[in-house]
Amino acid sequence: MQANYPQGNVELSTASAAMPGEIKVLLKFPARFLTRPLSVLVISLAAFAAVQARAQESEPVRIGFMDPLSGPFASIGTSGLLQIQFAADYLFNSRGGILDGRMIEIVPLDNQQSPTESQIQFRRAVSEGLRYIFQGNSSAVANALNTAVLRHNRRNPGQEILQINYSAVDPILTEENCSFWHFRFDAHAVMKLNVLTDFIALNEEIKRVYVIGQDYSFGHVVAETSERMLNEKRPDIEIVGNEFHPIGQVKDFTPYVTKIVASGADAVITGNFGADMVSLARSIIDSGLDIPIYTFYAAYDGITATLGADGKNRIRLVHNDSGNPIPTEERKQFYRDFKAAHPDRDVTQPRLMNALSMLVQAMEETGGTDPYEVALALEDMRFTTLSGEEIWMRGSDHQIIQALHISVMTDENIEFDADNSGFGLYTEHFVPAEQTVMETSCEMRRPRR
Amino acid sequence: MPEVLIFATLNGLVTGLLLFMLASGLTVIFSMMGVLNFAHASFYMLGAYFAYSVSLYFGYWTGLIVAPLIVGVIGALVERYGLRRVHQHGHVAELVFTFGLAFLIEEAVQFFWGADTKNYQTPDLLDFPLFTLFGQEFSAYRGFMLAISIGIFIGLYQVLTRSRVGLIIQAAISHPHMVANLGHNVPLIFTAVFGVGTALAGLAGVIAGPVLTTFPGMALVLGSIVFVIVVIGGLGSLPGAFLASLLIGLLQSYAIATNVGMQDLLALFGLEFPRSHPLDDLWTLNLSQIAPILPFLLLVLVLIFRPTGLMGKREQ
Repeated sequence: MQANYPQGNVELSTASAAMPGEIKVLLKFPARFLTRPLSVLVISLAAFAAVQARAQESEPVRIGFMDPLSGPFASIGTSGLLQIQFAADYLFNSRGGILDGRMIEIVPLDNQQSPTESQIQFRRAVSEGLRYIFQGNSSAVANALNTAVLRHNRRNPGQEILQINYSAVDPILTEENCSFWHFRFDAHAVMKLNVLTDFIALNEEIKRVYVIGQDYSFGHVVAETSERMLNEKRPDIEIVGNEFHPIGQVKDFTPYVTKIVASGADAVITGNFGADMVSLARSIIDSGLDIPIYTFYAAYDGITATLGADGKNRIRLVHNDSGNPIPTEERKQFYRDFKAAHPDRDVTQPRLMNALSMLVQAMEETGGTDPYEVALALEDMRFTTLSGEEIWMRGSDHQIIQALHISVMTDENIEFDADNSGFGLYTEHFVPAEQTVMETSCEMRRPRR
Repeated sequence: MPEVLIFATLNGLVTGLLLFMLASGLTVIFSMMGVLNFAHASFYMLGAYFAYSVSLYFGYWTGLIVAPLIVGVIGALVERYGLRRVHQHGHVAELVFTFGLAFLIEEAVQFFWGADTKNYQTPDLLDFPLFTLFGQEFSAYRGFMLAISIGIFIGLYQVLTRSRVGLIIQAAISHPHMVANLGHNVPLIFTAVFGVGTALAGLAGVIAGPVLTTFPGMALVLGSIVFVIVVIGGLGSLPGAFLASLLIGLLQSYAIATNVGMQDLLALFGLEFPRSHPLDDLWTLNLSQIAPILPFLLLVLVLIFRPTGLMGKREQ
């Protein structure tokens, strides 16, 4: 046995060393080469062996996934991790990998959604040599990570790290604090609210709106922007409440709902996510208040099942990539295969697949995994998603431009439901990508090489 | 405004009495063993999850009975084979043990049930509004929660003060050696009390699960508040825990219902700051915004001005 190992290695290394020379021959004398079937066979076999050898030798492309995998917000994080791992295997690893046979390896980094823990995980990522970090949950974490990445990259030229933000939607990340090393693959809160308030403005029956949200950067953006935009679009709409509550601290939302009822609101806007979203919606439903709730994150990961029939036609979400109907057979197949692999889960964040696919395309274009080169390739990239939609990564602020949907929670015409509950999201209102574009105040400082 | 006041009071009572179900067990266990059980809220979570699983097969009402029993048995086992052994190494070891247990239970819950919110619903029987006042419904289930909590309080009080078992427990708390000399099995009493305490926490979980949502963070959200109550009420004091539970439940509820804030306070002194002021966040703070933090503020104040708590007798 022992004697076999060195032999095998020698064979592999000679094969890969032989390859460049033979390819040269191949390029120089194409005519002669075509006339000799035997040499064709020999050369292609050698090339095949060389590719195989390189695939075995080459390291996997390791990508960090930093999100809460334990603690109160674990359900969103673990669900995202499953999706990106599935997407990496399904779209790339099972088809021979990327960059001539390198596999994608997703490295989970559990930050418990705390900015402090994220710093520790970031150190870990650095020491493990990760060059790409996906992160999505909580803008507070994204902001902290943004600062950490910027500092790290300034101090360690040649060791840069790229932040792939797939879900943190505080606009500041692509405005005042925009960074060359940060790319956002979700529409930011103001873009989403622009679409949402347009939609609310269309509904003549809505006269009084109550805004309630978690007391942190994103919650404040939602509150201020909703108020400002509704004032512009429908001056007759009165904002009857603007409430903040500490994030993840409220046991029971009934006291808040009491206030909502007393205010006479006929619609609620909230940016809540996770348990804060479920509890709020449950309390509203339990109090018998029958008004629409406009949200960002009120579906999947147990939320849809928990709200059940009570949420029907009441919960509306603004998001990218339609939940139902799904426009292309490819994406339907992706959903079915995901469901076969994880029967209790759903594809909740199609933007994760978009982000991973665009990152891979940028790597393929540059022929490597250098974050600086990849970042340049990502800038102004246009990419066609599994839904057949063209999305654009704006170069000036690294903000994705994509179509947005407003969907209603229902059990009618639902082909792909959420939480196996029979209920799912159905698109009510569609806004094409070009109409979602907003100006940016970003003045990006570009590193020089 | 009256409707807000009425509902704020009702909500405060529901929350306060629910908190009492947890705090009562915790405070009795503390006075008995001299150790704060950090894992107490985890038993509350276990109650909700067990009841959810049981309710899938046998319905809500079976879960209501069975889940607290399972939790109580687990609690008794933890005391018998865990805490009692650790006890020899002193209070710090016990404290660390319960601290670790809390993490262990949270991870175990995620392992077996997953990290998602569970679809644990109120029973159909109670799925109707009990009464409607000023356009807002008060669900029958909340009334049921209220009734159960009050029943538990009365029952617990009667058992501890009027019954023979209660007398022995009280004696075992203050004079364990004397009680042992009288021929009672003190370790067994401890195990039983720990079991009942955790079963109460489990019961609280069963009835709170459907309204406060059943998810792996539910222990964390409630855990810290329960400690606050026990400390404010006075460590080891059952009436103190009752008072503090209601106080905190109502305090939070009223604080959320109000619309007063720093601006009103400043206006009293005739002060006003422009929006561009660097401390703008502070000047525009509302009472409702910090409502869930108020118990902790109260905790700090109580510890400064009355370290024994409202009705505590220790360390005098």
